[in-house]
Amino acid sequence: MERKKTYVEDVSRTIYDIKNKFDYRFKTDKGLTPEIIKEISKEKNEPQWMTDFRLKSLEIYYSKPMPTWGVDLTDLDIDEIIAYIRPDADMKTTWEEVPEDIKDTFERLGIPQAERESLAGVGAQYDSEVVYHNIKQELVDQGVIYTDIETALVEYEDILKEYFMKLVPPTDHKFAALHGAVWSGGSFVYVPEGVNVDIPLQSYFRLNAPGAGQFEHTLIIVEKGAKLHFIEGCSAPVYNVNNLHAGCVELFIKEDATLRYSTIENWSRNMYNLNTKRALVDKNGTIEWVSGSFGSKVSMLYPMSILKGEGARSEFTGITFASTGQHLDTGTKVVHAAPHTTSTVNSKSISKNGGYAFYRGLLKVAPGAYGCKSSVSCESLMLDNISKSDTLPIIELNNDDIDIGHEAKIGRISDEAIFYLMSRGISEEEAKAMIVRGFVEPITKELPLEYAVELNNLINIELEGTIG
Amino acid sequence: MENLLLNIKDLKVSIEEKEILRGLDLSINEGEVHVIMGPNGGGKSTLAYTLMGHPSYHIESGAIEFDSELINELRADERAKKGLFLSFQYPEEISGVTVEDFLRTAKASVTGEMQGIISFKKLIKEKMELLEMKEEYATRYLNVGFSGGEKKKNEILQMSILEPKLAILDETDSGLDVDAIRIVAEGVNKIRDNKRSILVITHYNKLLDYIEPDFVHILMDGKIVKSGGKELAMEIDEQGYENIRAKYAN
Repeated sequence: MERKKTYVEDVSRTIYDIKNKFDYRFKTDKGLTPEIIKEISKEKNEPQWMTDFRLKSLEIYYSKPMPTWGVDLTDLDIDEIIAYIRPDADMKTTWEEVPEDIKDTFERLGIPQAERESLAGVGAQYDSEVVYHNIKQELVDQGVIYTDIETALVEYEDILKEYFMKLVPPTDHKFAALHGAVWSGGSFVYVPEGVNVDIPLQSYFRLNAPGAGQFEHTLIIVEKGAKLHFIEGCSAPVYNVNNLHAGCVELFIKEDATLRYSTIENWSRNMYNLNTKRALVDKNGTIEWVSGSFGSKVSMLYPMSILKGEGARSEFTGITFASTGQHLDTGTKVVHAAPHTTSTVNSKSISKNGGYAFYRGLLKVAPGAYGCKSSVSCESLMLDNISKSDTLPIIELNNDDIDIGHEAKIGRISDEAIFYLMSRGISEEEAKAMIVRGFVEPITKELPLEYAVELNNLINIELEGTIG
Repeated sequence: MENLLLNIKDLKVSIEEKEILRGLDLSINEGEVHVIMGPNGGGKSTLAYTLMGHPSYHIESGAIEFDSELINELRADERAKKGLFLSFQYPEEISGVTVEDFLRTAKASVTGEMQGIISFKKLIKEKMELLEMKEEYATRYLNVGFSGGEKKKNEILQMSILEPKLAILDETDSGLDVDAIRIVAEGVNKIRDNKRSILVITHYNKLLDYIEPDFVHILMDGKIVKSGGKELAMEIDEQGYENIRAKYAN
């Protein structure tokens, strides 16, 4: 009997892989020195305290060892990375003014169209700087601020001084220190007390230059009783030199406030994605993370929720898809620091064609945090025999009054399940696709619509005839 | 005039090098109900899986003809399209796929015709009412969290929607209470007509209180050792398989 081998197609990267000519107005030399850091700060016309902050961060960076756990970073040579590239464009508030080639890139990625259809505001970063920012006037009228960090540093310097890298200090780890030294671009969002931003804001980060680093900073403050949905999307074309992404996300959710933070990361396969994300949640506040990791060569990404106020809540929904040459080490961290806080973790991963998906999670409950509830579920699906998957959920409990549920599953697509579906007239390819789509269904329904479509397209199955 | 629907000739089947079916013959005409009974390990489920085309069951020799075509080499989906159906003893749980979406895809695949969402919704609702299934099952994930009885009813629901020419019921009565057996049997009787045939595979004869068979066969040690009418089922019930073995197997 002729047997056919099926496999799940890779993410179609066509639109992401279109490179533009490498145009820039200013770029630093490769590598990291105090001179380069001063140069970046000067280029950005920063206040002295920020220059000092950068230099201090650089010192910390040099004093810290490379992490020896998680992914293999031996091929990552920071001295070969260009830390700062100013694109040949200034920030614009109307799309027409953005330079043609940059505009084309974002048009292909569907960004302006998404803004017209379903977003309240959009920011677009190209290499190291934000080239476009726009927000609906009615939100501005309500006091909502949505801009890049550079503008915020001029217009809201006091807020920046109070919050910038306070939640993720440069001392946190080596790449947080690196970020503190060379950060550029990103988003600043401020939602005043009681304001409900009911349609999402979206920032899109695009790294076009080869051998470069992208170090955008996202700072979001959602004041008491306010509500926001923020979406971030990332991509880059593939080059044969390594690129580095070491962004930092700091989210402050005040009393009774809610923030949903959705990320779809589709970096190219030459990207080191070493990102740090953290949320601090006050009394009865809520953070909802929705995280999709599809791209990059290696990723280390563990969004962290610190439930600081009584009754604070966190919810994490994540999907990781690792294919050939990819090692994606992802997960989430939750710290229950106050009583009656609750957390839910729902993580799924798929590995195929030799990909490696690793779930790493931490759940920590402080001594005085009684009456907490947590439920953690992580499931991995391996689509063939050459792919790998692991889970490492760490649970650290410091009191007895806790209600915890934990579940971890690693498996392959069962032949019996395929046979069951085939016995109803469904082809083998469609049966596999159905099972994989079903596996990610609880996650896809949480994703913003256009990304849910992208994820489903990615689970297209292709038939390859082989004699077996 | 009787038309031959299934014709199995001297079928030998092995799984992992071990021979299970050792020269089995069986013919089923259109419109007939056949019952295969036999002790555990005798080859009942092997026969069911082999007929449906499970890749782990290797046909060493012999022929399976369905609707005048040799189907030995066909994949399970191709067999389903030709009108074969297997009600599984242990149906698989498929997370994230609703009963309705799955069945609509299956129906479209088997018939080769797109199924309208609204008209299909109506069809599934109708069939579920007949099986006394709650409407909410249509939107639940396929078999996930279903009780044993609910899974079996769901198999019969699939059968009544896909309308096969030959339905093989593998131990569909096992693990069911009396009410559930009655409902399942009614579901089976509803699709009976002078064209469609049914092959009931069972260990006990509980289902036979509700489904009137045309033929009863005893399968032991990989062969059909005795064929007869309903009285054969009674005989097994009274005497047990060991006596039957002494009587009919050599």
